[in-house]
Amino acid sequence: MNEWIKGMQANIPLAVSAMAYGGVFGVLSGNQGVSWAEMLAMDLLMFAGSAQLVMIEMWSAPLPVFEIGLAVLIVNMRYLLIGASLQPVFDGRPFWQKALGMHLVADENWAVTIAAHRNGGTCPAFLTGGGLLLLVAWTASTICGNLLGGQIAEPERWGLDFAFVAVFAALSLSLWQGKDDLLPWLVAAGLAVAGEQLLPGKLYIALGGIGGALAAVCIDILRKPEHPPETDEHYNCTAEIGGEDNR
Amino acid sequence: MKDLFQLGAVQAILLAAGLTYALRLGGLLLADRLPKSGPARRFLDSLPGTILLSLTVPGALHAGVEGMIGLGACLLVYFRTRNLLSTMAAGMLGVCFFRWFFHG
Repeated sequence: MNEWIKGMQANIPLAVSAMAYGGVFGVLSGNQGVSWAEMLAMDLLMFAGSAQLVMIEMWSAPLPVFEIGLAVLIVNMRYLLIGASLQPVFDGRPFWQKALGMHLVADENWAVTIAAHRNGGTCPAFLTGGGLLLLVAWTASTICGNLLGGQIAEPERWGLDFAFVAVFAALSLSLWQGKDDLLPWLVAAGLAVAGEQLLPGKLYIALGGIGGALAAVCIDILRKPEHPPETDEHYNCTAEIGGEDNR
Repeated sequence: MKDLFQLGAVQAILLAAGLTYALRLGGLLLADRLPKSGPARRFLDSLPGTILLSLTVPGALHAGVEGMIGLGACLLVYFRTRNLLSTMAAGMLGVCFFRWFFHG
């Protein structure tokens, strides 16, 4: 099957979840005086839900352009790490694929792609297919919310607000590789929880991510591993991914 | 045009979009320059798990008791089916039932 389609299929649960909070977010944006055109431009050019939410909270005339930029930088700092972690997926690919593909990276399709990559390999088309589906779902739901206002039923009544946590918990589990992960994961979780209380924006994600990964490096150095470094296997895009396709 | 974009909106959106894109692509290009073995490799290999956990754990804790019930339902279904859609459905149903029973 085509990798684009596979990427889309794998992201369907997350697109449903994204539409649920996209609708709520659209309503909020309308109440804040954000026009549908401004919303559309943010959706297509930024494509970053939490940063858009922060922006909308700051959306009152005269617009504090510089402060908005600073807030977006803080909220989206995690994308620097997310981008770095996609290196194995884009390894050896031409620059244009990286330049185009990276715009369509959201938390959701990143997580699905990383899990698929660990479980047998994947390629940029899988990531980008998922990103396109999320972009359509996100844009459609936010614009609908923005135009329709409060006519959308409360999504928390249906547990839709929990869908994101549910799927991400499952994806986290699929990344577990063995007891070597225990300490780095504990460090990451601890730093993230502490950072959420102490740091602005979404910096806690970057803190947990960096801290946990550094812990893994430290363990490695202390232990002085005997085994040689892993060999990189290039995934062939045309090959079938073995096993289930619904990760 | 005047009604669709208020004063400063275009600048704010372009600035935010440019910064976001620079972070996304910048991370990837930086990682391309890191050594392909040793501590840097170990760091990059560990990042997916630690980022995902940092994204998930605070949110799960905020969901409280109902979140724990939903999470339990998720884990049960995930280990049985390995299917994301069923996992999500189980989590949502768990949270839904809890809310209906205890909050009307």
